[in-house]
Amino acid sequence: MSWISKTFSSSIGRKIIMALTGLFLCSFLVVHLIGNLQLFKDDGGAAFNIYSHFMGTNPLIRTLEWGLVLGFGFHIYEALILTRRNQAARGIGYVESRPSQNSSWQSRNMGLLGTIILVFLLVHLYNFFWRARFGDLDPDINNNDDLYTLVVSSFHQWWYVLLYVLAQVALCYHLIHGFRSAFQTVGLNHRKYTPAIKIFGYVFSVVVCAGFAAMPLYFYFFK
Amino acid sequence: MAGSNPNAKPMNLTLKVWRQKNRAAAGQVVDYNVRDISPDMSFLEMLDVLNEDLLRKGDDPVAFDHDCREGICGSCNLFINGRAHGPESGTTTCQLHMRKFSDGDTIVIEPWRANSFPVNKDLSVDRSAFDRIIQAGGYVSVNTGGAPDGNEIPIPKEIADRAFEAATCIGCGACVAACKNASAMLFVSAKVSQLALLPQGHVERATRVENMVAQMDIEGFGACTNIGSCAAECPVGISLENIALLNREFLTAKASSNNLS
Ligand code: HEM
Ligand code: SF4
Ligand code: FES
Repeated sequence: MSWISKTFSSSIGRKIIMALTGLFLCSFLVVHLIGNLQLFKDDGGAAFNIYSHFMGTNPLIRTLEWGLVLGFGFHIYEALILTRRNQAARGIGYVESRPSQNSSWQSRNMGLLGTIILVFLLVHLYNFFWRARFGDLDPDINNNDDLYTLVVSSFHQWWYVLLYVLAQVALCYHLIHGFRSAFQTVGLNHRKYTPAIKIFGYVFSVVVCAGFAAMPLYFYFFK
Repeated sequence: MAGSNPNAKPMNLTLKVWRQKNRAAAGQVVDYNVRDISPDMSFLEMLDVLNEDLLRKGDDPVAFDHDCREGICGSCNLFINGRAHGPESGTTTCQLHMRKFSDGDTIVIEPWRANSFPVNKDLSVDRSAFDRIIQAGGYVSVNTGGAPDGNEIPIPKEIADRAFEAATCIGCGACVAACKNASAMLFVSAKVSQLALLPQGHVERATRVENMVAQMDIEGFGACTNIGSCAAECPVGISLENIALLNREFLTAKASSNNLS
């Protein structure tokens, strides 16, 4: 085995891949959230549809999209490998265990939270991404595909809104632990910066997830 | 006797103890009652009382690991009421005292649980996986001279202190026992940090971390997910900063060592 594959198949190497892909996915969340804020514009979806047309056709974006696929792919793949390794490492469990006395709930349930995010992701991709890219959406007034109308009608179904809000709660907890954890994993733990990273990670998780959750809630209750 | 409290009332306790004949046998929890336990006793002395009772009845005493009973050797290792080394933070099992419990309590006592720490008998586990990790690189093999030579090397106080803090790891394995992933990262990071921080350790710095991490993986310990229960349960307070240092050492070594395989 070459030193490169050995590095990235070791437990620390795999963790570092998880951390770097995790932080990359965080940067994606920022872009995705800012773009989607156009849903709140009161123009019948014209701006949002121009934006989604751009995102679906611009060659640079289409190339970066593959980076995103790889980011998710590696993150989920390493999550599976490491979670299975970690379960096997314990073997026989304890009769009596009180982990809540020494650690946070989200830090112990990253796999569960990730799985909820994954289920959401599949539904989300199928309903919006797949139909925008390969479906036959009606054109809007500017002759762009009318993704906006699809978003509005989806967010008028209560179970859809519920799924979205739950997924954002899961994402929020995933990131509250994940953000700070990623810095620790790549070796960035310093008494000057770590307290700030922890606070920033917390605020980041809450703001981003509240932003995403606001969209289905807004359309369900106000539009 | 200094520190003892003549008014402390003796306690009666119910113990739920993991009993297992040998490595291959299936184990189970067995209930025992112990009476007239002084609050001034250590947890291990309480188990001595139980074992004397068992011997008197002709039963097999409970096997458990211990040596110094002073909190320095790292032999004692009990998972007590769902916590490594019991309910008190920053203590080994031998330094845990019965005054932390109350009359009538039920106490669940289990061995460290990790596939890499097989149970020898009852509460005694085989921690030789730690020894093999140390053998893989947790040493300095160049001649570093005697104490006067060591004192000739200028080492900033702050670095010396950090190395010393890492060196206080007693190898008890509570970090593995407490971790959801049975990860040995805190232990390995303490040993790697201790030597990486000091000039005497620099000669073998890259190969050391490569080999110790490789051995840690071979032994089957889990991967760290930065839960932090290890540091919270560590009797000597080894900090998570060491794990970050270990990861940095590992990446730097992998990127810069001459080792191509
Ligand atoms: C937008 C989606 C996601 C983002 C932004 C994200 C972000 C992160 C971050 C930053 C970490 C910390 C890495 C580290 O500790 O070094 C992490 C860890 C993890 N993620 Fe994700 N993740 C996402 C989706 C998923 C999915 C879909 C899964 C599972 C199918 C998943 C499973 C895990 C697991 C098991 C961990 C390891 C826990 C740990 O090491 O602390 N994640 N994630
Ligand atoms: S790091 Fe702490 S808990 Fe782990 S073996 Fe060393 S002393 Fe024990
Ligand atoms: S018996 Fe030595 S540390 Fe507890």
